[in-house]
Amino acid sequence: MTLLKDGFFDPEELKILPGVPSEERLKKGPVVVIECAQEIPCDPCESACHKRAIEIGDSIINLPKLNADLCSGCGLCIAACPGQAIFVVDMNYTETEATVQFPYEFLPRPKEGDIADGLNRAGEKVCDAKVLKVIIPKKFDRTAVITVSVPKEFGMEVRNIANRLKNE
Amino acid sequence: MKEVELAIVGAGPAGLSAAIEATKAGVQTVIFDENSKAGGQLFKQIHKFFGSKAHQAGIRGIDIGTNLLAEVEKSGAEVLLGAVVWGLFSDNRLCVTFDEGSRRRNVMYKAKKILLATGASENVLAFPGWTLAGVMGAGAIQTMVNVHRVLPGKRILMVGSGNVGLIVSYQLLQAGAKVAAIVEAMPKIGGYAVHASKVRRAGVPILTSHTIKEAAGKEKVEKATIVRLDDKFKQIKGTEQKIDVDVICLAVGLSPLAELAWIAGCKFADVPELGGYLPIHNEDMETTKAGIYVAGDLAGIEEASTAIEEGRLAGIAIAESLGYIDQAEAKEKKQVILSRSEQLREGPFGVSRKKAKEELMRRSLEQ
Repeated sequence: MTLLKDGFFDPEELKILPGVPSEERLKKGPVVVIECAQEIPCDPCESACHKRAIEIGDSIINLPKLNADLCSGCGLCIAACPGQAIFVVDMNYTETEATVQFPYEFLPRPKEGDIADGLNRAGEKVCDAKVLKVIIPKKFDRTAVITVSVPKEFGMEVRNIANRLKNE
Repeated sequence: MKEVELAIVGAGPAGLSAAIEATKAGVQTVIFDENSKAGGQLFKQIHKFFGSKAHQAGIRGIDIGTNLLAEVEKSGAEVLLGAVVWGLFSDNRLCVTFDEGSRRRNVMYKAKKILLATGASENVLAFPGWTLAGVMGAGAIQTMVNVHRVLPGKRILMVGSGNVGLIVSYQLLQAGAKVAAIVEAMPKIGGYAVHASKVRRAGVPILTSHTIKEAAGKEKVEKATIVRLDDKFKQIKGTEQKIDVDVICLAVGLSPLAELAWIAGCKFADVPELGGYLPIHNEDMETTKAGIYVAGDLAGIEEASTAIEEGRLAGIAIAESLGYIDQAEAKEKKQVILSRSEQLREGPFGVSRKKAKEELMRRSLEQ
């Protein structure tokens, strides 16, 4: 398992998670991808979802189960996850691009319109990522949620960005 | 000599929670802490906590700390800071030194009940160069970065991939440092995968089956040599790598800070799953010495959320034993807390701690 050895999922590990939507559902538009693989005592995602698309159940160590048909991809669960393991992916943003929403707790925050390095789960640059939106309402408690657009083939790969200004 | 009903040593999550419950029930309570601010490690925990709503999940440790302090203030418990409890004598007498800047004042207290909530100390790792400036514990770094806002270095090597090592790595990134790598002697990452993934996707390599071999530098750390380990934890020759770092952070576990319990004559057990030697205690958190209770990391290294529950449990048990709560009411309250702490010990990460606690309870009955 690369998750336990290296700290990131390989695609096979990811597919079997109850919080990860099917490829068919991903094709239909915005949906959450819950990359939570260990039974740890934690359940804020369940109550963060007003549409009841995320179910933990009786024991708080259960993995979050996504009912992808109920999920609108609103993203309210992203900042609620203490493990920062929830993302929203829209594989239908344009003909060629997908969008990825992810939690971000670093300063300086990128600005809308910035072009940043799109990083995969291993922290490697895989493409350019255009920053579409940066939101940080009070309810998110200092966790910003950033939306970037990336080439479609990287929609299920990009999970972070490196702010180029910061690196210079 | 001053007389009090309950003396609590340590104003961290366990001590504060116990004070809240005991004082609410009517117990006259004094909390001593050697630091200049109450809250223990909570004010260094800037991340959102796990658990359920009942455990304050999703709330950052600093905010849980602020809420606890407000509750303590409302309760009327007396919090004495800069107060070092250095001795426990017969008849529940505590000797306390107050640091008053230019002078020190010693005061003897006599308490009907004592709760020790002294927390833990960090483990260290010895290797050539480990006494160089720049080799420091993860707790020290958290204090510098999150409390005093001082960055200890620019390029950090983290030793240990438990939750502390992973969380402190993340916080160092947030503070603007670069974490060159996290090394872990075990073949698997020790902490939660979600914490590991956070630092990994920020570009920090996590090297399992690796350890630090040596630190080098003239007056302070300039380089670290890391090396791969085989499946018997032996260093593999020829796999050494030199990396430029100015800080080596040790996050290799915690041990219960148990001196006062030793002095008091409490019986101990060696429980590796809970951090080593710790006082045997029962479901009420009472040690083998009647009237002396423990809670938090001293009663077994776990999360702050668990320390809060254990503190509440001890506070209620103490109020009951002093006659402020009747048995039926106490039983009901304790049951609610016990089921909450049991939840925190569920799953693969908690099961060994859960079993170890059950074994401790069994041993306390034998005493």
